[in-house]
Amino acid sequence: MSTVTIDKAAPTRNVKYGSMSRDRTWALRWSYFFLTLFAIFSLLPPFYMLITSLKSSAEISAATNPWWVFHPTLENYAGLLTSNQFLRFFWNSALVSIFVVTITMLISVPAAFALARMRFWGSATLATGVFLTYLIPDSLLFIPLFKVFAQFGEWTGIQLINRWYVLLFIYPTLTVPFCTWIMIGYFASIPKELDEAAIIDGASWFQTLTRIFIPVALPGLIAATIFAFTVSWAQFLYPLVFTTSTDQLVLPVGIITTLIKGDVFNWGQIMTGALLGAAPPLIIYAFLMDYYIAGLTAGATKG
Amino acid sequence: MADVTLRKVIKRYDEVEAVRGIDLDIADHEFVVLVGPSGCGKSTTLRMIAGLEDITGGDIMIGGDVVNDVPPKDRDIAMVFQNYALYPHMTVAENMSFGLRLKRYPKAEIKSRIDEAARMLDIVELVDRKPKQLSGGQRQRVAMGRAIVRNPKVFLFDEPLSNLDAKLRVQMRIEIKKVHQKVRTTTVYVTHDQVEAMTLADRVVVMNHGRIEQIGTPNELYHKPATKFVASFIGSPAMNFIPCRLEDVGGKLNIRITDRISFPLPAPRAARYNAIPRTDKLLLGIRPEHITEAKAHPEPGIESFDAVLDVTEPMGMETLIYFTLEGAQVCGRVNPNAGARDGGPLRLAVDLNNMHLLNEVTGAVL
Repeated sequence: MSTVTIDKAAPTRNVKYGSMSRDRTWALRWSYFFLTLFAIFSLLPPFYMLITSLKSSAEISAATNPWWVFHPTLENYAGLLTSNQFLRFFWNSALVSIFVVTITMLISVPAAFALARMRFWGSATLATGVFLTYLIPDSLLFIPLFKVFAQFGEWTGIQLINRWYVLLFIYPTLTVPFCTWIMIGYFASIPKELDEAAIIDGASWFQTLTRIFIPVALPGLIAATIFAFTVSWAQFLYPLVFTTSTDQLVLPVGIITTLIKGDVFNWGQIMTGALLGAAPPLIIYAFLMDYYIAGLTAGATKG
Repeated sequence: MADVTLRKVIKRYDEVEAVRGIDLDIADHEFVVLVGPSGCGKSTTLRMIAGLEDITGGDIMIGGDVVNDVPPKDRDIAMVFQNYALYPHMTVAENMSFGLRLKRYPKAEIKSRIDEAARMLDIVELVDRKPKQLSGGQRQRVAMGRAIVRNPKVFLFDEPLSNLDAKLRVQMRIEIKKVHQKVRTTTVYVTHDQVEAMTLADRVVVMNHGRIEQIGTPNELYHKPATKFVASFIGSPAMNFIPCRLEDVGGKLNIRITDRISFPLPAPRAARYNAIPRTDKLLLGIRPEHITEAKAHPEPGIESFDAVLDVTEPMGMETLIYFTLEGAQVCGRVNPNAGARDGGPLRLAVDLNNMHLLNEVTGAVL
């Protein structure tokens, strides 16, 4: 850097600034070093997926440099995108995710508002309780949950197991507690004078929620939405357990069950499927990222 | 518009009694300021009038109706908060019209009310901006505008100027007074700043420890404080309290301060204080402006004495002087040309026509 030149130009005045900027320079260098490291670390798998998806089966099994494509082909993409089965998985995933996000938001936003603002007996304990339920891993829950739905089917005759919509009952057990928890935090950060002003202005609790809290907490709401979508889109264990017929499968399970036949791995299509499956969350992130940064509460109160 | 009445209002949080039985009558059109140190219960009282806090006991009436269990939105009040509490996602106009829109007022009516309020508050060019694009003073104006457009029975202000810098505070104080002169809405205003209280109020309510110490016009509180707390809280620099006792000297009633200093009381004061036992421990309460440099021809009731100054504070139009009497620090106000200097002697005059005599134990003004 040019720190030395600056020192020469105005030695007495810039000594202090010089040492400060040297500190900052090193901090920045380390930041960039680790950021690069993490970027490479996390981008390597998707890069490998992309490389592999562009190869023919013959080239994948050939003993050439695995990090380069010598004869790029779109045959894997064509194969998957014309396969009704794959499109079915995609459709199922989309349906499940959209419904789960909707259900989650409809439950967790009012719940968070109630827990954060409408002080009632036990609300603090309840808020902690909501978060604790999120801490129970799904690998512990799937067996009892399976029993519950099997029993439910026996008693009522309504068969939910091996239907894609069974996931609409299961995923919210993961998403609702977490999204409620996120929204409690966001709502709690809104100054209480804001709802008091709204109440004095004549708003009901519901109007305070819809006209004041939801617009003000939009960044939090979007964060929670993205989370709920990602969880439902990427969920693997529950759909693996609860759905088995190929027409009921969602994308992650569908790819694994149909493209791995015994010990034969169709790597090209697996990688292509994974890459295409990763696209929707990626697009959503790209569009909504700005909302994370928008400081909407700025200017609400003294600032 | 309406009057506001509080009858034996109590607020208790678990074991703590924040407000201990308040009786207060606020007339229609009146501007009443609740003032007191932090924790005196003034904000709680205001929030109970607003309906944001339940009352533990007593009655609150607005316009003659008991509103104890009436929700805030049905009390027809408007409130201005210390931190403005503007809705950050709405423009100034939307902020101001929010209450009216909820009540489904016709659009034309809303617009005319916003225009009128914006003109009154000089924020016409700001109506399309968002709160974060406004300065503190502008935000406070918008908050007031939001209250004005509702045309409520009562305005409630909760320390509205505390977040502003000193200069802006003085300016907004005048604005608030002007607005009140125009709209004449009954106003309850909470502040911890006695200057704000004195300058704004028709009547000031001084609160301490959840009780009302005294209610009166600014002048009454200043010249006839009922308790030591009020005497010391109102006025800046604060009133001096000097230990003293009464004594009879040659058939006249004197007030003795030190071994050397004893003043004969003016006749009306002597008559008033004659019944007080001579052994009672008393405090002489005297405001700084009543301790000045000695004049050549003093008026009756003005007595002079010598003092050695500890510190002087030249303020330009006057010089504040500090000296010690009987262990108490005493402040006086003298002419800048009186020759006051740090550590120097000065002959001073005390105006006993404006003195107060307090019981040292009870703090009551006698």
